[in-house]
Amino acid sequence: MPKINSPAELEKLRKGIVSKRDPKKPCIAVCTGTGCLALGADKVVVAIKEEIKKHGLEDKVDIKETGCPGFCERGTVVVIYPEEICYLKVQPEDAGEIVSQAILAKKVIDRLLYVDPTTNEKAVRESEIPFYKNQMRLLIGNNIKLDPKSIDDYLALGGYSALAKALSQMTPEQVLAEVTKSNLRGRGGGGFPTGRKWAECRNAPGEARYVIVNADEGDPGAFMDRALLEGNPHSVLEGLIIGAYAIGSHEGYIYVRQEYPLAIENVTIAIKKAEEYGFLGENILGSGFDFTIKVHRGAGAFVSGESSALMTAIEGRVGEPRPKYIHTAVKGVRDRPSCLNNVETWANVPLIISKGADWFTGIGTGGSKGTKIFSLVGKVNNTGLVEVPMGITLRDVIYKVGGGIPGGKKFKAVQTGGPSGGCIPEEKLDMKVDFDELAKAGSMMGSGGMIVMDEDICMVDVARYFLNFLSDESCGKCVPCREGIRQMLKVLTNISKGKGREGDIELLEELAEITRDASLCALGRTAANPVMSTIHYFRDEYEAHIKEKKCPAYVCKELISYYIDPDKCQACMICLRQCPAGAIAGDKNQIHVIDQEKCTKCGTCFEVCPLRFGAVKRISGEPVPPPIPEEARVIARKSKENE
Amino acid sequence: MSEITLQIDGREVKAEEGMTILEAAQSAGISIPTLCHHEKLEPYGACRICTVEIEAHGRTNLVAACLYPVEQNLVVRTRSEKVDKTRKVLLELMLAHAPDAAALQDLAQEYGADKARFGKESSFCILCGLCVRYCAEVKKKNAIGFVDRGTRREVIFIPEITSKECWDCKECFPLCPTEALQATFLLTKALMSPSPPSAPESEE
Repeated sequence: MPKINSPAELEKLRKGIVSKRDPKKPCIAVCTGTGCLALGADKVVVAIKEEIKKHGLEDKVDIKETGCPGFCERGTVVVIYPEEICYLKVQPEDAGEIVSQAILAKKVIDRLLYVDPTTNEKAVRESEIPFYKNQMRLLIGNNIKLDPKSIDDYLALGGYSALAKALSQMTPEQVLAEVTKSNLRGRGGGGFPTGRKWAECRNAPGEARYVIVNADEGDPGAFMDRALLEGNPHSVLEGLIIGAYAIGSHEGYIYVRQEYPLAIENVTIAIKKAEEYGFLGENILGSGFDFTIKVHRGAGAFVSGESSALMTAIEGRVGEPRPKYIHTAVKGVRDRPSCLNNVETWANVPLIISKGADWFTGIGTGGSKGTKIFSLVGKVNNTGLVEVPMGITLRDVIYKVGGGIPGGKKFKAVQTGGPSGGCIPEEKLDMKVDFDELAKAGSMMGSGGMIVMDEDICMVDVARYFLNFLSDESCGKCVPCREGIRQMLKVLTNISKGKGREGDIELLEELAEITRDASLCALGRTAANPVMSTIHYFRDEYEAHIKEKKCPAYVCKELISYYIDPDKCQACMICLRQCPAGAIAGDKNQIHVIDQEKCTKCGTCFEVCPLRFGAVKRISGEPVPPPIPEEARVIARKSKENE
Repeated sequence: MSEITLQIDGREVKAEEGMTILEAAQSAGISIPTLCHHEKLEPYGACRICTVEIEAHGRTNLVAACLYPVEQNLVVRTRSEKVDKTRKVLLELMLAHAPDAAALQDLAQEYGADKARFGKESSFCILCGLCVRYCAEVKKKNAIGFVDRGTRREVIFIPEITSKECWDCKECFPLCPTEALQATFLLTKALMSPSPPSAPESEE
């Protein structure tokens, strides 16, 4: 591939690529993102390829292995073009039908379509599925349309035209001004204005300066950066190159965690291809601007996502935060000005340059513009990646996009912002999702984790879970973070074990305040958020644990018991047989009794007891009734002949 | 170096650009407590006991005096209700590890910290890192290091380096504000010494 030396050559190449592609040629796009791969997408691809071969269709049908379109709940996702018919939960066995019916006979395969769980209506196209319909997919929308290993696919969709525009029609100052005007804010957590950070880095003294992609995504359950880097790596590269041009940097890093092998593979291929085509290297597109990118593989530590820790790690040292009274934009990697932005932030840049800041500011709220990708997980029907405009309500994200809470359960809270975020209760569901509103509610945008919780989740346990995570993931350098988390975790553990004491809530609040005010980095300063927000919104649950030794959600094992109501037990033997601890005594005609000493509180008996009996009860905060006398346990069956 | 004027505890203090609040305060004879600070070592900012309150850019903030660079017209309060409260709890958190360490005791008295507020933790070490940093920065031997992270972080002697470098040095010992370092050293020494010869096995 000869290097492209000018924007005109790029357009010529693009036309060439597009003209060689027949828009009517059928294409089977199979998601091979990490989620679908785990569900066997690679086997689906092999099966479809075999079928195509069997029918001798190799030249007539394209098969594309794409990035993640977000609907991981229903993987493997397959989309048939040009009709854009979306098939879900596709298995290798479905390959024959897909090729013979969907491709050859041009028929829709009903059983693989999306079925609305409430209305039972089927949706044929991706755009008709409520999960997608209510999103605004500016960043991940292209994932299903392109093979991340193919630069031509990206070019066919208009890729690198923003770079060409920036380099040929705009000065670095103009690019910076456009990004500043767009009001783009950092998608990695803090929401710092991107334009301001770029300007600070650009204006900092020194010759060499760096631009860095933060792909050290570490929040439990969050995978939006992964999906972007795996599914559309060139969009991130393009943003980074444009940013480097604006800032005056000639060296860039992509800091990606080693645990993301596919992201590393795809972005490494993308860099190589971009170098071949002349989007990276010397004299990019004939503009005289030089820029190279290195991939730095991180050893997967949550704290390394913090900017100063990440930069310390790039230098080859242990990824520990250092004080940032002087911003890393001024003094970062090797004490040189370093501009670090999140994957998603960089991916927004080409859109802003192509379509303009005015277009971008038309989306979102007063203080938060554009879209945000969330990892919607937990107790919600449609888990996956969702991209929504800023300002959408939490209710719309959870109910319209997410399809509500499964199993007819009641919504309790949504946790946003990862381990440093907070839990937002039902009464706040109509709040708008943006940086400032989430912060006002005691949580934060974070990098976009969104964990939905239903009535079966205990908020003390949630706080304990996140503090436990942070006690492992804090670097351990400064006292307030390390020791504050240690002591808060101790108190929370005690509360959840029924050893809570009067004054524990106040003690947690005091520790939270110190941790927040005195810690060295943002990890420590936000570590108490899960504690503070759960105390704020669910104080009664804490009090029930402490005062009544009761876990209202029946989660904390030390505070609950299972009990078989002798009036309801029909001695059906189901729970007795399934109890893994052998803790249930009884017989065919003998009412069952749980040996509280042996019971491990796994809840199996509660789950398997037939609904029509409903004999197994959960008890918390009150004593278990004594077992009924042996002689009263015999059940006299009314209709013996039926047995 | 341009001269900067700032206010510490209501007094006008002159400092040079690039100095920290701690250095400016010390030069004016104003005392700020420290634990992990050492003049021969790079500022570290781990113990946070030097936390002071500042007013800058229209906001009040708590910062570590050992790290925060002086600015023109910066207003610093080395004592306030908030600062004292913060130091008290920080001391209590550290006293859970080393309840009888002299360096902590003196401060505990001043700030009213209760050494038994939190249950005794198993390690005496408060992870001030003086030993680790002194060995790395002054002695350039790196015989001591941190292992693990979060609440499991600890200081260890690296046997391969210790066996060569430490016997005649031990300059880190007096730096340790608790008894932790010597204990760690003794443990390392014990682990390094050859095990007693075992009784000959009589298998033949």
